[in-house]
Amino acid sequence: MELAISIEESVDLIPDGATVMLSGFMGVGVPDKIVHALADAGKRDLTLISNDTARDTTGPGPLFAAKCVRKLICSHMGLNTIVQAQYAAGELEVELTPQGTFVERIRAAGVGLGGILTPTGVGTKIAEGKEIVEVDGKEYLLETPLRADFALIAARSCDYVGNLAYMLTATNFNPIMALAGDKVICEPEEIVPVGMIPPDLVKTPGVLVDYVIKKAA
Amino acid sequence: MDPKELIARRVAQEIKPRTLVNLGIGIPTLVSDYLDESLGVFFQAENGAVGMGHRPPEGMTDRHLTDAGGRFVSFVPGASTIDSAFSFGLIRGGHLDLTVLGALQVDEAGHLANWMIPGHYTPGMGGAMDLVTGAKKVIIAMQHTAKGAAKIVRECTLPLTSQRRVDLIVTELCVIKPEDDGLHLIERAPNVPLEVILGMTEANLIHGDNVPEMDLQSCQ
Repeated sequence: MELAISIEESVDLIPDGATVMLSGFMGVGVPDKIVHALADAGKRDLTLISNDTARDTTGPGPLFAAKCVRKLICSHMGLNTIVQAQYAAGELEVELTPQGTFVERIRAAGVGLGGILTPTGVGTKIAEGKEIVEVDGKEYLLETPLRADFALIAARSCDYVGNLAYMLTATNFNPIMALAGDKVICEPEEIVPVGMIPPDLVKTPGVLVDYVIKKAA
Repeated sequence: MDPKELIARRVAQEIKPRTLVNLGIGIPTLVSDYLDESLGVFFQAENGAVGMGHRPPEGMTDRHLTDAGGRFVSFVPGASTIDSAFSFGLIRGGHLDLTVLGALQVDEAGHLANWMIPGHYTPGMGGAMDLVTGAKKVIIAMQHTAKGAAKIVRECTLPLTSQRRVDLIVTELCVIKPEDDGLHLIERAPNVPLEVILGMTEANLIHGDNVPEMDLQSCQ
């Protein structure tokens, strides 16, 4: 299997109806080229796992404008008017999950845990239908793992074996999601020779990365 | 004084030296403008920064470095970058000394609602549920009413953010401390009569005969 693929090849890998995990926070640390290519290709019925929906034209925004998403799992969608309109019209199914729970559910899937116990959400609307587990006299919600067919992530640097380094707050969900997709596709800002990323600075070992978007010819 | 500035100045007085603080979107974000930088406070952004600084000069922004509202920020010396799981580990794990958040409603039990208006607008909770559940101290910084409607109510009609009681409510009119027996009115904004506060509050406020005015000059 070739590590380096083109944007077009990455789009061909992802079928309609796929569950897709997309990294980023308010449009920062998002693989933007893949997002635009999926939107342009007119993908349909995706289940999108993304912390937030950014704004209409940033982050995952183009996927909603192109009506690619049937179900959204996120923690915040307040600043994207297209998402709000599709949700109000009943065209978009939404599962809201607190951000700390969101990332731990993904981590759970990625590290082989059957779920997590969190105090967040106990006694609120989001606890409805969820199991409460008491540990040492304190109540926790049992939250289930979140995995995906594809994890689409962004990195500052990627070397020839797929080792990834991130930058500042563009790190966010990237190293966690890299654990939780059956296939992991990374869109790096730069591709560098092996050795250029010092081992201590590699946050995602290349063994987790299935595909890297190569530079355009 | 501008109402938002008054709220931010009063909240800034609550911040202790060498603590880790998370400021929410809106009025809470303004708090750092009124804080003495020599206090050595580190501001967390839940998107993965400990030691966030002010907006850099025009033309000097880095698109990889934003706050939790997506705005460009800088780092202070000694800052660090963390991933989202670590960031919420700090929040839920009891490592965050203070969070300052806005609210749609707060009630007599000190419960907060700030993520959903059923049938009208559902922005989502983002990090708010984790922040309110996990921070050592929670301060609500908000305008006292919304277009004339009371926000400090007997019981929240909107979905709650947490079952945890918030620690302090600061508005442009007053400071309120939620306790076991209800909401205690502990300070008035300068030149605001008690009757005005009571008239703009749906919840019952517990108060003495003389509620002192905020001292906006003092600083920790």
